[in-house]
Amino acid sequence: MGLWFYLQQPFAQHALIAGTLVAIISGLLGPFVVTRGAAFAVHGTAELSFTGAAAGLLIDGDAILGALIGSVVVGGAIGLLGVRQRERDSAIGVILAFGLGVGVYLLSRYHGFATQATNILFGQIFGVSDGQLELLIGVAVSVLIATALLYRPLLFASVDPDVAEARGVRTRLVGVAFLLVLALTVTEAAQIVGTLLVLSLAITPAAAAGRLSARPGRVTALSVAFALVAADGGLVLSLQTNVKASVLISTISFGIYVVARLVGAATRDRRGRRTTAAPARPYPATPTARV
Amino acid sequence: MTQARPMVAAPSTTAPSVALSGAALRFGDRTLWDDLDLAIAPGEFLAVLGPNGAGKTSLLQVLLGLRKLSAGAVEVGGRPPRRGSSVVGYVPQQKAFDRDLPLRGRDLVRLGLDGHRWGLARRNRETRDRVARVIDDVGATAYADAPLGLLSGGEQQRLRIAQALLGDPTVLLCDEPLLSLDLHHQRAVSELIDTRRRAANISVVFVTHEINPILSMVDRVLYLVGGRWAVGPPDEIMTSERLSDLYNTDIDVLRVRGRIVVVGTPDAAHGEPGGDHHHPVDTGPVPGPPRAPAGSTGGRTG
Ligand SMILES: Nc1ncnc2c1ncn2[C@@H]1O[C@H](COP(=O)(O)OP(=O)(O)O)[C@@H](O)[C@H]1O
Ligand SMILES: [Mg+2]
Repeated sequence: MGLWFYLQQPFAQHALIAGTLVAIISGLLGPFVVTRGAAFAVHGTAELSFTGAAAGLLIDGDAILGALIGSVVVGGAIGLLGVRQRERDSAIGVILAFGLGVGVYLLSRYHGFATQATNILFGQIFGVSDGQLELLIGVAVSVLIATALLYRPLLFASVDPDVAEARGVRTRLVGVAFLLVLALTVTEAAQIVGTLLVLSLAITPAAAAGRLSARPGRVTALSVAFALVAADGGLVLSLQTNVKASVLISTISFGIYVVARLVGAATRDRRGRRTTAAPARPYPATPTARV
Repeated sequence: MTQARPMVAAPSTTAPSVALSGAALRFGDRTLWDDLDLAIAPGEFLAVLGPNGAGKTSLLQVLLGLRKLSAGAVEVGGRPPRRGSSVVGYVPQQKAFDRDLPLRGRDLVRLGLDGHRWGLARRNRETRDRVARVIDDVGATAYADAPLGLLSGGEQQRLRIAQALLGDPTVLLCDEPLLSLDLHHQRAVSELIDTRRRAANISVVFVTHEINPILSMVDRVLYLVGGRWAVGPPDEIMTSERLSDLYNTDIDVLRVRGRIVVVGTPDAAHGEPGGDHHHPVDTGPVPGPPRAPAGSTGGRTG
């Protein structure tokens, strides 16, 4: 059956809508993940959404709702336990180890479909119900609004925390808020690519964009574009080929990154310099003092 | 006066831009400094010296409103300090930016203006021109659009100064801005700060390990050592007697070709040959002739 046939089916339309939203929010947050060195936070919250999902399945038969609620708890806990990156990483390790243990226990108590559990790990977007889709859309829109509000102080706090603090940015608060929206984003992405492959949407597109530009706005735009190509491209290809969407998404994402590295390596070092030959001036071009 | 200076000290006619009285800072039972009285005049250049852990950075944090005094009072621009005040510009301790940081120098400078506001930045010609002007003022136009992480330490530092100057502060707080810069950049960066303070009558509080690169610019020195402090013109403070008194041990202060060499401090912090610094003793700026003292010297030992 042709692609056109599939695209008219609600299950495929749902998947594409969800994929598009997830790509936008992941691509948007990705540059902050890279700048703040928060890759482990992404990985940790993603794996812990497994625990939330298992709890959701057990209590209410709804893995997505459980994962979303669990991610907020986990994101908040990481934010409150760790301030500096190193502290944060060990805080994540501690919570991750405990949380996964709880997840395994919860899953052993669950006697429903075993595939529900593997879907959490590897992603299965083609099975979302109308209600779940609405939930995913609602959360994605909230994340989008929150990120837009946070954008400037978050950028400031991420690149230059000392000065940001002095200029009045509540860097601690902004950091916790970031981890909360990140946890929600990661959980949404996990519905599509699975908890194990979340980094392919939350980091790879931003890392690729960072090879091509140093302008924050442009990096963000490229990151979103790359995430969209990977997510929607992977979903569409999956419809045609029967290969699991998460495999295709992570492959496309990686391909984009490799190309970006090659292109970026050729231009990066000289980018943005006005003069090629002028050595550093011995003295600043100071204006005449108005004394 | 032997030099054209905008001012040295005229405390009676101008309100000080920074005023500390009876100020103390303690952590637990450890006292960083106490009973500190200090008024910094508009346009004055104050160097803050002292060994590691003496509380220099903490003093700046107090002036930034990030830390509360344990006792005493402080005012910046006539008011208690508060975070995000536009009166104050801040150049943090020199720390290199990550090579892969997705940010240009121009973006860093711009963040100093509105990075603390919620929401997205709007495109705005007036702001863009203002940013471009201050970048030009510090001589950083040629590399303002390059990735920040690929710039040299001196170039990054100039952009930080541009960021700090963008809000037209009346007080500029600099925390070891010369650290890890080579001699040539030390000189360029400190002259840049000096030029800007003269042009706009900015008070500069300049924390440094190393007074020689800025010796010709300094009006007064605040020297902090293990809970004690002294303040006054460099000629008065940077002497064997005063420093021996402060450190409670024998210190020799030598003048070698117009440079100050301090020998015998426990942490070998000041231009001592073979110390932890990166400048040969026989090069560097030659300080100007001695100036009229600022009048206010104080200090406390014991
Ligand atoms: N929140 C704090 N609690 C306890 N001690 C602190 C705190 N902040 C700083 N200190 C201590 O105060 C001392 C002074 O620090 P700092 O102002 O950074 O010194 P300097 O900049 O002169 O090297 C250091 O020994 C530091 O360990
Ligand atoms: Mg310090």
